[in-house]
Amino acid sequence: MATEALGWWGVPLGILAGTLRGSVPFLLVSLGECLTEKSGKINLGLEGTLLIGAMSAYAISYLSSGIVGPTLAPWLGVLAAGLAGMGLGAIHGWLSQQPRVNDVAVGIAMIIFGGGLANFFGKPFIQPQAPQLPTLPAGGWSSLPQVQSALQVSPLFLLGVAIVPLMSWFFKSTRWGLYVRAVGDSPDAARAMGISIFWVRMAAIVGGSFLAGIGGASLSLFYPGVWTERISSGQGLMAVALVIFARWQPWQCLWASLLFGGAQALGPAFQSVGIDSYYYLFNAAPYILTLVIMIITCSPKRTLAGAPGALGKDS
Amino acid sequence: MSDRNRSFHLSRRQVMRGLLATSAFGLTAKLGTGCAQSPGSGGGAAADGGAAEELVVGFIYVGPKDDFGYNQAHAEGAAAMAASVPGIRLVEEASVPETTAVAETMRSMIEIDGAKVLFPTSFGYFDPHILALAEEFPEVQFFHAGGLYQDGVHPKNVGSYFGYIDEAQYVAGVVAATMSQSGKLGFVAAKPIPQLLRNVNSFTLGARSVNPAATTQVIFTGEWAEPVKEAEATNSMADQGIEVITCHVDSPKVVMETAERRGVMTSGYHANQSSLAPQGYLTGAEWDWSSIYTALGQDFVDGKTLMTGGIPHILRGGLADNFCKLSPYGPAVSDEAKAAGDAALAAIESGELVIYAGPLQTNTGSEILPAGKELKTDNVELEKMDYFVEGVIGSIS
Repeated sequence: MATEALGWWGVPLGILAGTLRGSVPFLLVSLGECLTEKSGKINLGLEGTLLIGAMSAYAISYLSSGIVGPTLAPWLGVLAAGLAGMGLGAIHGWLSQQPRVNDVAVGIAMIIFGGGLANFFGKPFIQPQAPQLPTLPAGGWSSLPQVQSALQVSPLFLLGVAIVPLMSWFFKSTRWGLYVRAVGDSPDAARAMGISIFWVRMAAIVGGSFLAGIGGASLSLFYPGVWTERISSGQGLMAVALVIFARWQPWQCLWASLLFGGAQALGPAFQSVGIDSYYYLFNAAPYILTLVIMIITCSPKRTLAGAPGALGKDS
Repeated sequence: MSDRNRSFHLSRRQVMRGLLATSAFGLTAKLGTGCAQSPGSGGGAAADGGAAEELVVGFIYVGPKDDFGYNQAHAEGAAAMAASVPGIRLVEEASVPETTAVAETMRSMIEIDGAKVLFPTSFGYFDPHILALAEEFPEVQFFHAGGLYQDGVHPKNVGSYFGYIDEAQYVAGVVAATMSQSGKLGFVAAKPIPQLLRNVNSFTLGARSVNPAATTQVIFTGEWAEPVKEAEATNSMADQGIEVITCHVDSPKVVMETAERRGVMTSGYHANQSSLAPQGYLTGAEWDWSSIYTALGQDFVDGKTLMTGGIPHILRGGLADNFCKLSPYGPAVSDEAKAAGDAALAAIESGELVIYAGPLQTNTGSEILPAGKELKTDNVELEKMDYFVEGVIGSIS
């Protein structure tokens, strides 16, 4: 037998691999949303941004591979995904800051708009195969092919992990970070400081959408590596919820994303070793986890700790 | 804030004018297409049998038409019908959800495009959407893929057709087990509905006909299109040393590509996926709607209808009736496996091989069929399947 079965070791390995593979979109989208929400606006539309990012990355990677070659093409795709995300972000940023416009409502409209746009332009790209992003083989030390395959780390994952301390430092120790926090916590004070609330929020939303677009690219160019209309399956919305339970802290976004990515692998990994009852329950694990954490951390006596002061309020 | 407010200000009159202009545009556009198509659909079709008349046939898909899966199989069949039967014009709509959206699509195909025959292909379109529209438009024929039609219960202008694709899965199982050294096979499944269970069971029975120790590991993803879970399931199976993976999900693309990347052999489903896994693709169970749709198209043009009994309400068949077929063998398939597959195919087509023949047990040990008894492919008992046969690793609950 060429490949040995792993048996029970397959479960932790599967979860580890699922964490490395499945957490990338959660991580990038939640970091983007973290930046956006710190400025006091919610962008629910990141689900649509994820789809448009996935579509544009796949399309550009496929179309440009003939011109720039299959090594450079996926990177162009990633860039295109980011730019497409920024485009949607700019629309949301402008619309949601109009007087008497609710940002949650705009966000829902943007989910539908982004998804529809991606499906419309994505029609011709469902069938062809686009060149995929390379992965870094971190499992070369192991002789087991399963371990080698599990430890295929995507550069986008590393990018996400690198952004975490950067964003944390940005909020804590830079002037621009202070602007974002000021606008998000106390718009009146920010205005008194002479900061343009409109442009700070616009920048935060567009920047966040750029990250979410790249998250979409990781879906179509890394894992699972196809473009279909249902590729996101709600991951964008889950990532938005994840920011709340990460308490608007980049570091906690990282842990939460890893948790959600790993939880996705739970159902398949258990079934593959013969624990085949309750697979619906295992598949629902991430959602149950969210609910449990929400219930544990909520309190009727205070508002959510760490929430930006102006979040969800009319400006 | 206030001057920005002013610069984007629209007066009520401007808003009204804009709304009126848009609706006027929409109205003329709609009427325009309606007029353009009326010669094709206007009266007299029944009277002269439609010699020079163009018959409009509508196809509705639940997903994209080129998904390497269920919808692509139907779309290829529809294209073949339009190409080989003169006098048929195709109207299609893809990605129509199984909600009232499909009722609206059917209605506009009938009222705007003048469709006389509709093929809403997804399983969930039937009840209540097709049934409601069939009551409302008794002159339009509705064909549904799924075999849900009940005589006397459902309207006369509804027909159902379905293929016993598990026969092809049986042959694919024979090929898979011959190619696999350990006999460990895998099946990525969406939901435990009878048709899916039947595919799993037939695949397993085919495998065990050549290797009695062969097993099929089933992993359910819970949804028809769940790309991330499908990839996870495929990876978990590869981790467990499974050698051939097949699936029953809407679009097998993710499963095939992931398995190919992991160096695992694959067996396709719905359509031909050999281009996705050029090395590991063995064969696959494919729908062959081209032959069925072409035959039906000829019937339509000849003036036969469901209502007059010219076309039977229930159309079913397997490999022998061209409802399904096998993908051409991939480069990895050995001569031995090809011979085994061809033998099984011939035995099924001639009817001498019955897949569900006793003694047969479920994987929990209860008896399905005693020795000497058998359930032929067209037995309705098989359509209520709620068990896995011996050799399947997995459970339905």
